[in-house]
Amino acid sequence: MRPESEDELAEMVRAANGPLRVRGGGTRDIGAPVQGEVVETGGLSGVTLYEPGALTLVAKAGTPVAEIEAMLGAEGQRLAFEPMDHRVLLGTEGEPTLGGVASANVSGPRRISVGAPRDFMLGVRFVDGAGRVVSNGGRVMKNVTGYDLVKLMAGSWGTLGVLTEISLKVLPAPETEATLVIPGLVAETAVAAMSRALGSPFEVSGAAHGVAGTCLRVEGFESQVRYRTAQLTELLTGFGAPQVLEAVDSRALWRRIADVEELATDAGDVWRLSVRPSQAPGLVQQMRADQVLLDWGGGLIWARVPEGTDLRARLEGFGGHATLIRAGAETRSRLAVFQPEPAPVAALTAGLRQKFDPRGILNPGILG
Amino acid sequence: MQMPEPDARVLSIKPQLVKRLREVLPEDAVIDAPEETRAYECDALTAYRCPPLCAVLPSSTQEVSDVLRICHELGVPVVPRGSGTSLAGGALPTADSVILGVARMTEVLEIDYADRVIRVQTGRTNLSVTGAVEEGDFFYAPDPSSQLACAIAGNIAMNSGGAHCLKYGVTTNNLMGVTLVQMDGTVVEIGGAHLDAGGLDLLGVICGSEGQLGVVTEATLRILRKPEGARPVLIGFDSNEVAGRCVSDIIKAGILPVAIEFMDRPCIRATEDFAKAGYPDCEALLIVEVEGSPAEIDDQLARIIEIARRHDPVELRESKSAEESARIWLGRKSAFGAMGQINDYMCLDGTIPVSELPYVLRRIGEMSAEYGLGVGNVFHAGDGNMHPLILFDANKPGDLEKCEAFGADILKLCVEVGGCLTGEHGVGIEKRDLMSHQYRDVDLEAQMAVKDVFDPKWLLNPAKVFPLPVSAGRRAG
Repeated sequence: MRPESEDELAEMVRAANGPLRVRGGGTRDIGAPVQGEVVETGGLSGVTLYEPGALTLVAKAGTPVAEIEAMLGAEGQRLAFEPMDHRVLLGTEGEPTLGGVASANVSGPRRISVGAPRDFMLGVRFVDGAGRVVSNGGRVMKNVTGYDLVKLMAGSWGTLGVLTEISLKVLPAPETEATLVIPGLVAETAVAAMSRALGSPFEVSGAAHGVAGTCLRVEGFESQVRYRTAQLTELLTGFGAPQVLEAVDSRALWRRIADVEELATDAGDVWRLSVRPSQAPGLVQQMRADQVLLDWGGGLIWARVPEGTDLRARLEGFGGHATLIRAGAETRSRLAVFQPEPAPVAALTAGLRQKFDPRGILNPGILG
Repeated sequence: MQMPEPDARVLSIKPQLVKRLREVLPEDAVIDAPEETRAYECDALTAYRCPPLCAVLPSSTQEVSDVLRICHELGVPVVPRGSGTSLAGGALPTADSVILGVARMTEVLEIDYADRVIRVQTGRTNLSVTGAVEEGDFFYAPDPSSQLACAIAGNIAMNSGGAHCLKYGVTTNNLMGVTLVQMDGTVVEIGGAHLDAGGLDLLGVICGSEGQLGVVTEATLRILRKPEGARPVLIGFDSNEVAGRCVSDIIKAGILPVAIEFMDRPCIRATEDFAKAGYPDCEALLIVEVEGSPAEIDDQLARIIEIARRHDPVELRESKSAEESARIWLGRKSAFGAMGQINDYMCLDGTIPVSELPYVLRRIGEMSAEYGLGVGNVFHAGDGNMHPLILFDANKPGDLEKCEAFGADILKLCVEVGGCLTGEHGVGIEKRDLMSHQYRDVDLEAQMAVKDVFDPKWLLNPAKVFPLPVSAGRRAG
């Protein structure tokens, strides 16, 4: 099914008599496999409002992310949360959509300094599982009028409703950027270096540790970037002499980090863990992965392990969550793709899904 | 403003309720004498008052859980209370409710500079969270103007903002985890020192739910390293339109100031009479503040001044020192006090798209003439969060009602131009009956469905946020 309007979508959902698989661009085949008729949002496309002076953009959910980024780029602005393009890691095709980014709350390295889609979404419209068209939030930056269903929809993987329109806060793109790369650190020292940088006043907007070394990004006006690079170099003297990547190389490096390119090529399952940064070195040791990429100053661990590995079973209790992002259908059916929730939280989740999707037809089973 | 009739059954079981609460709380943590419950009869929206059935002051999550379990069993409504600084009536009791105050829960549980988090009990005040991490040169970013008194519990309930949220976001962007006690006493841990939710973003919907989903007893908050410094520039214009365009141009130029404050002529004049900050007598005034090292500040201010010059300002005053900065901020910080010198005032909190600023200010001026009540505008211009201050005389019969009607008209105007009823104060009872201007019934139904899940009996702060006729069926059940 490919509705051409919100009303048509609502009508289709009301009329549905079996499960529905909600799909944007189809580039994020994540979650337990879902059986059901596909509902594509590609017919709900287009930017309906863009006010650069108000840092606000409103677009229909099926709008390609590339179209939005091009429009923002022409005004020197951007989606600050730096959404990952999952095609690289998952080997999928198609065009990522805004609705997909929102439904999966997809961010990138800059999440550590500015936030995730949840922090930039100002308003949503969606069709819930009963076919009701619901609106929440708006298009202004400060809004505490009623409950924040916008955040509830962000990262709900299409289980509470099918997004039809999203308003976003956007930010100015900086004049330039640079990255300090410190070679040769082990995970523990790398996390310490990243923590020191992130705890400095120099507004580090990316802190990752992978094959390239330990990478720290600063952004801003030319003079700011020069100043911050020098200050960070001095602050991190004890960790070794950094190499400095200028704007073009820096941009390319962070695109690769955002898309987890270095874990993409070799076979194996890929897990994504959100953890307390200081716990990362210990967890990395326990997980015995084939390859690891740390982002968010250690707060995000990407790990590649042999196919079928139950990574959670290797980890002693940790505060955070592990998601199986890339694996075969059999593994995804067998292992919980999303972190199992403690009973009282699971009860709330189930209660909310029952309210918003009383017939249980929206992406049933995707969350495991 | 109307509140539901108190439930006679609940009123009649007060002795039994108090006895059971005393079984789980220390003697002095249960307040039931009428002369003492009066202390909890209102919050900062003092126009409305009603003493509660009783008040409890638990000291731990366990005690909060015990209290809620008992009230749940007995079917007694509970109104959570932080420091009672709500301007929206969020902590206003009803005669048949128990006030649950978190004022005794003020401990710092953990500070971790490496992971950049602090965990506190939620009775702690906003400013004392920053106070706890100041020795490490860190701070907690959301800074509502009541920060000296307001509690983190209330900040979370209302998703409070502040003057610096253009850069740092509001409470929800700085809240990482909570311990939440549900109405039936169930204790839930959500989030923590890691980012984002593993499943549904429950934290996102709890923040800003005005104490209707549960009582938050502990919170993990993001802390940030203090900037090296900050300095403002003051810019005066002879029209609101031009000032609005200047704000827009600054933002379009890729500069993200930490604050952009706007004052209009009535407010500037009142402030000048009161605080003598040396403000120019002009139509509109902007205070734009940037952060960084001295050189970074110079550079950004130079860019802002260059943009401002293109709009023919009548005044341009760049701060070169801490003393000059304080002087520029003096008037802005005295604005509410200055307006209060003239008369009683009501402070509104609507948000509008910044592009609608000139139109909205013009309409407010016209309405001010129609109602015969003065109004001054002071607000956070970068994010469109307005704070019109309507002047009235509380001793003059009919003036309060006139002021409320004027206020409601301004908020409806905010919604009409694409904005919202409240940017950072919350709905409470103050904007409750206007909710249907912003949301259709189906939208409110979706929000109430969330409360159905967290609090099926609708006992937590029940008569707030949703218009009474809309929530009637649920509250009765």
